[in-house]
Amino acid sequence: MTVTEEESGEEPGKDPGRDGGHGDAYVPSQRRLERERYKRARARRATAIAAASTLVTGVVLYLIVVNAPGWPRTKETFFNWQYAREAFPKVLEGLWLNVRLLLICGAAVLVLGMLIAIARTLRGPVFFPLRVLAAAYTDFFRGLPLIINLMIVVLGVPALRLQGVTVDPVLLGGTALTLTYSAYVAEVFRAGIESVHPSQRAAARSLGLTNRQALRHVVLPQAVRRQVPPLLNDLVSLQKDTGLVSIGGAVDAVRAADIIVGRSLNYTPYIVAGLVFVALTIPMTRFTDWVTARMDRRRAQGGSI
Amino acid sequence: MSDAPVLRMESVRKTFGGSVVLRDVGLEVAPHTVTALIGASGSGKSTLLRCANLLEEIDDGAIWLDGEEITDPRVDQDAVRRRIGVVFQAYNLFPHMTVLDNITLAPRRVHGVARAEAEQRAHELLERLGLGGRAGEYPDRLSGGQQQRVAIVRALAVRPRLLLLDEITAALDPELVGEVLAVVRDLKDDGMTMVLATHEMGFARDVADQVCFLDSGVVLERGTAEQVFGDPQQERTRQFLRRIVDAGRL
Repeated sequence: MTVTEEESGEEPGKDPGRDGGHGDAYVPSQRRLERERYKRARARRATAIAAASTLVTGVVLYLIVVNAPGWPRTKETFFNWQYAREAFPKVLEGLWLNVRLLLICGAAVLVLGMLIAIARTLRGPVFFPLRVLAAAYTDFFRGLPLIINLMIVVLGVPALRLQGVTVDPVLLGGTALTLTYSAYVAEVFRAGIESVHPSQRAAARSLGLTNRQALRHVVLPQAVRRQVPPLLNDLVSLQKDTGLVSIGGAVDAVRAADIIVGRSLNYTPYIVAGLVFVALTIPMTRFTDWVTARMDRRRAQGGSI
Repeated sequence: MSDAPVLRMESVRKTFGGSVVLRDVGLEVAPHTVTALIGASGSGKSTLLRCANLLEEIDDGAIWLDGEEITDPRVDQDAVRRRIGVVFQAYNLFPHMTVLDNITLAPRRVHGVARAEAEQRAHELLERLGLGGRAGEYPDRLSGGQQQRVAIVRALAVRPRLLLLDEITAALDPELVGEVLAVVRDLKDDGMTMVLATHEMGFARDVADQVCFLDSGVVLERGTAEQVFGDPQQERTRQFLRRIVDAGRL
């Protein structure tokens, strides 16, 4: 800790001459002024090096790409401004479907995942089949590739021609996403439940709370709080995977791009759809980082969450 | 002291894996008395308390609470725990709840007390233990001594028949030990029946009606504080006390 922070709470190196309000007539020593001059110089040097390094890297990458033998052709098929302009509104329209899918599947995944996680931690012989079922569910759907799950549900279920069962590719695609993601989220919740120290459960039971009350009032609230960062991470992942419902023919952002590509034989719409997804996930990733950092800070301050 | 005992243990045996922690423990705790369990670390003091509260299942023997055998597997364990308060060495407060919620959780959820009534009792107890004004704080904002006093309030809030205190000052800085021990003294004056595992020999001598020296899984010596500290009969007890005196703890 530098003298400045200790004395006045100001940022180091910022106006060290005045510690206003303390009234103790403090004059910074030569040693301190010299130290802060050195730190400022070091910071300037670091910034300059970072800028130069970034510039050099950028130029090298640009030259490699532009001088590649296939660049003119690639540029025409993947980065055509005219097709980009044509695709953008259609892709955005399709993206609305992805957003709706994210919201509905996200909610369903959280509920289902929590139920499965609780089922896996239940004790007592009555719950044996439930425990086994929950364990089998998570094992199966975490192992099954999402794309295969989607094809089975979106293409296989309509083929059965069951009375009263939907053939809507959006609903079926959403179902497949929910099946896979709730298996992941269940494991996140379960890890959270198991990370709560046994002494917390012991304290709850010693107060006379039943196992279920201890879980609901003491264990789960702590487990969920701790698992917010990994849960958000899974939601970011779900957000981009909603693009996979396009394989059933639902017109989402990816499918909207697909339609134009099929007509024009130009791949620029895929690039547009890709960038739109990235733009959508960035705020969410930043939010995840922010939440994680905030929780780390709280933990570092000696508090548990 | 002639009343029927609140807590009685007979031939209690408890093992963890291969190691025998309690070999053959007998104990009687009369109403409105304080029993201090002393002994080296690992002598089984904490295990004994956890067995009394059914947090650990005993291998053999039996435990009675107010004449009812609570180690009978047909007994409702939750109902038994409702009658016993526990204060842990590491406080074990619920970090996601305010002090007030920590205290009112069990009265409201387990005993069905209305919120207003539960909170009023919580405030009274907090006030008594010098924690008035702390009700809205989260545990991590409090000092160790304050947290431990909150834990005591939490245990008292359900009006337990018996209070078990498991080395409640062992995790505290020396200058905070006093404030917690003062609370225990007050509780004794109020007639609370308590069993406490402790390393604070001076305190045990002052406050305990009965002192039990645990050694290798048995109560090797039992008597009033004057008997056990002043005129120990067993060689092991004398050794233990000598070491404590040498370490400046008595």
